[in-house]
Amino acid sequence: MTTKAQAVLDWVDERFPLTSSIKGHLTEYYAPKNFNFWYFFGSLALLVLVIQIVTGIFLVMHYKPDASLNASGVPVAFASVEYIMRDVPGGWIIRYMHSTGASAFFVVVYLHMFRGLLYGSYRKPRELIWIFGTLIFLALMAEAFMGYLLPWGQMSFWGAQVIVNLFSAIPVIGPDLSVVIRGDFVVSDATLNRFFSFHVIAVPLILIGLVVAHIVALHEVGSNNPDGVEIKKKKGADGHPLDGIPFHPYYTVKDIVGVVGFLIVFSFIVFFAPEGGGYFLEFNNFVPADPLKTPPHIAPVWYFTPFYSLLRAMVWPLFGLDAKFWGVVAMGGGVVIIAFLPWLDRSPAKSIRYRGPIFKTLLTIFIIGFAILGFLGTKPPSYAFFGVIPGAPVAQLFSLYYFLFFLTMPVWSKIDKCKPVPDRVTG
Amino acid sequence: MSVDHKVDAGRRQLLLATSAAGGVAVAAVAVPFVGSLTPSERAKAAGAPVEVDISKLQPGQMMTVEWRGKPVWIINRTKEMLDSLKKTDGEVSDPNSDKPMQPEYAKNETRSIKPEILVAVGICTHLGCSPSDKFKTGPESGVSADWPGGFLCPCHGSTFDLAGRVYKSKPAPDNLEIPPHKYLADTKILIGDDGKA
Amino acid sequence: MKKLLTALLFAPLLAFASGAELHLDKAPVSTEPAALQNGAKLFVNYCLNCHGASYMRYNRLQQIGLSEQMIKDNLMFTADKVGEPMRIAMQRDEAKQWFGAAPPDLTVVARSRASEFGSGADWLYTYLRGFYRDSERPTGWNNVIFENVGMPHVLYELQGEQLAKVSEKDDGHGGKIKEIHLEQGKPGKMSKDEYDKATADLVSYLVWMGEPMAETRKTIGTFVIAFLGLLFVLSYLLKKNFWKDIH
Repeated sequence: MTTKAQAVLDWVDERFPLTSSIKGHLTEYYAPKNFNFWYFFGSLALLVLVIQIVTGIFLVMHYKPDASLNASGVPVAFASVEYIMRDVPGGWIIRYMHSTGASAFFVVVYLHMFRGLLYGSYRKPRELIWIFGTLIFLALMAEAFMGYLLPWGQMSFWGAQVIVNLFSAIPVIGPDLSVVIRGDFVVSDATLNRFFSFHVIAVPLILIGLVVAHIVALHEVGSNNPDGVEIKKKKGADGHPLDGIPFHPYYTVKDIVGVVGFLIVFSFIVFFAPEGGGYFLEFNNFVPADPLKTPPHIAPVWYFTPFYSLLRAMVWPLFGLDAKFWGVVAMGGGVVIIAFLPWLDRSPAKSIRYRGPIFKTLLTIFIIGFAILGFLGTKPPSYAFFGVIPGAPVAQLFSLYYFLFFLTMPVWSKIDKCKPVPDRVTG
Repeated sequence: MSVDHKVDAGRRQLLLATSAAGGVAVAAVAVPFVGSLTPSERAKAAGAPVEVDISKLQPGQMMTVEWRGKPVWIINRTKEMLDSLKKTDGEVSDPNSDKPMQPEYAKNETRSIKPEILVAVGICTHLGCSPSDKFKTGPESGVSADWPGGFLCPCHGSTFDLAGRVYKSKPAPDNLEIPPHKYLADTKILIGDDGKA
Repeated sequence: MKKLLTALLFAPLLAFASGAELHLDKAPVSTEPAALQNGAKLFVNYCLNCHGASYMRYNRLQQIGLSEQMIKDNLMFTADKVGEPMRIAMQRDEAKQWFGAAPPDLTVVARSRASEFGSGADWLYTYLRGFYRDSERPTGWNNVIFENVGMPHVLYELQGEQLAKVSEKDDGHGGKIKEIHLEQGKPGKMSKDEYDKATADLVSYLVWMGEPMAETRKTIGTFVIAFLGLLFVLSYLLKKNFWKDIH
């Protein structure tokens, strides 16, 4: 480096921790050398966040959160989305990136969470990282839900109507609460405007804050790895972990491969299947919102459906409170319980590589059950597999399993037969 | 910094190639985003040429039509008004319309196709205010004692003569813009399209 | 690990279908300019009286090979500038009185009518060929896949009349399914094949209008993915090169 550039850098470093931050988080952040495929999804989630923010900024320039009807009798908000799709140069690419990005975000985040389950990434000392992560997931759900209202199609409208009405199930304050959320007695222009505000400003700010906290906490304790071994316990003469390598350049070049691979899949959807077969852009959402006509079948977007199934599974009143209330408890509890994982898991080994058959079996059933819950959530309650096996009891069974998996974990994780965990990573 | 200064030629080439390809990718991604900042189809449709019927425009009168969201003035100038242009030749900063503020066919004494009919964009070339017409002459105009008639911009006091030429020592740098236009018939003007562009 | 993945992959494929099934005919959708132009003509003549296409600008028809002058002379009845969208003159509240509901905007109808039973094009193709005489309806028409439809059969003069033969069939669960078979009654200007072709063109146009940039999108997509493929190879080689020191 030339002396002049060095002088400028020194000037900055005396006032701002530039060089030390780069060192601490990149060039001298030691990450385990044995990351596998599952470790791409953290950086990919960050990439999707950036895609969503950038495309979102440009969409806001053209979108209008206005539920009133234009001269042709179409809601202004709905028409402004078609305006973006047709009249704004390049608008359709930006919009499809944003709509695909929403689904991609959940794909990536679900896989990222699954990675945590596989390798015990939530275990001590990473409990806070996991809690921040759960909060990110919650914020993301709020962000996606409110964003989904904005196109002001039939699914936007009725989806919001149903979900906001969930809050009315809360005893005593519920009915008033749902009115306060909507700002009206039905989902209306007032609701659209506040959801727009939350979607573009409030929740993204929270999301970014939580992401920063998530990464800061991670870099404080260091990354877990597929062996679930603490690399900081074995340090070399230079004070660096023997099984660690600097994040930059090794993981930057590796993550770039993951990014490009992801972008290939992402571009394929954006350019060849933006509707995602009706899962990413629901067909009914090409019909403008009509407060007088509910579509025959409304389902949330695919990423909410496992939790939606938990909600629908509760059909019995309990302790003098109606089923609707318990459905909301199940849905909320289904998300919140994830945050308690660090204290529910009592296994001596973190990684699935050294965990016993009980965990492997129960986790497999858990994942299959979660997928089935998700699938059933897209279907009407009357759905039957092959036309014969009724879907509703299946959903109830797997909902029960979902909670039992977590609640009984302290027992079975302790008695499971684990293999000995090695001192060093296995490559 | 490191002791080992061996240059890995293969690595350097790969780094360059990947960075170059990545740069191309970023540039390509920027295309739709920058494109989305340019006028949309709706804006273009709204900015389509406007047909104006001037058969009812009496000498000495002015009418304003909207083209691309901007006021376009059409003024039917009287003989006295046209004569005043000779007097102002020495007082305006670009008397021969040398700066490209008009199509070639309006680069003349009257800055118009037909001498009496002036078509001009009513936007001050200083900072975009719309000047007001001051057709009354002399002290009555409220501009100056020897005012020959013209336009006064209320924002920063720029003045223009009856051919839209800006007076010297005024904030506005250029004459008023003459939009592309043509006559479809004797009293019918198409503004925004002269069949040449 | 592998078991888990396979299980995940196949979970959504476990089963399919339930509820009221729709049997849709596969629409022979075309992207040929001639078909689209014919479809545009039919659309403007038969649909645009009541249904608007308010996000579709007339000048976009240039994309399917029509010149601005041709659009102005042959297709533009409701607007005076080619940059304007396809609006209708009919008042919405009046329309509501006549038909029970205001006729919906058709710009994106081909996208909204897609379902698990088939594409939006299939639905429209079946719908437009599925009108039959029904004296119990105020319009005198009913439709095989849109029961008690408010819209009369506007293509009547082309297709002629179809008559319905209703039969009942056991649905296997003790219930009955109503089955409707259509027969040609009074003939129209077109033979059955000609009418099928005309509706196919109209549907093709509606599909095109639903997303006029669909073809552009695929063309760009091919380049994008090819380029990313190259970038993938480069970045993979780069990664390999860096990682050769790590053991």
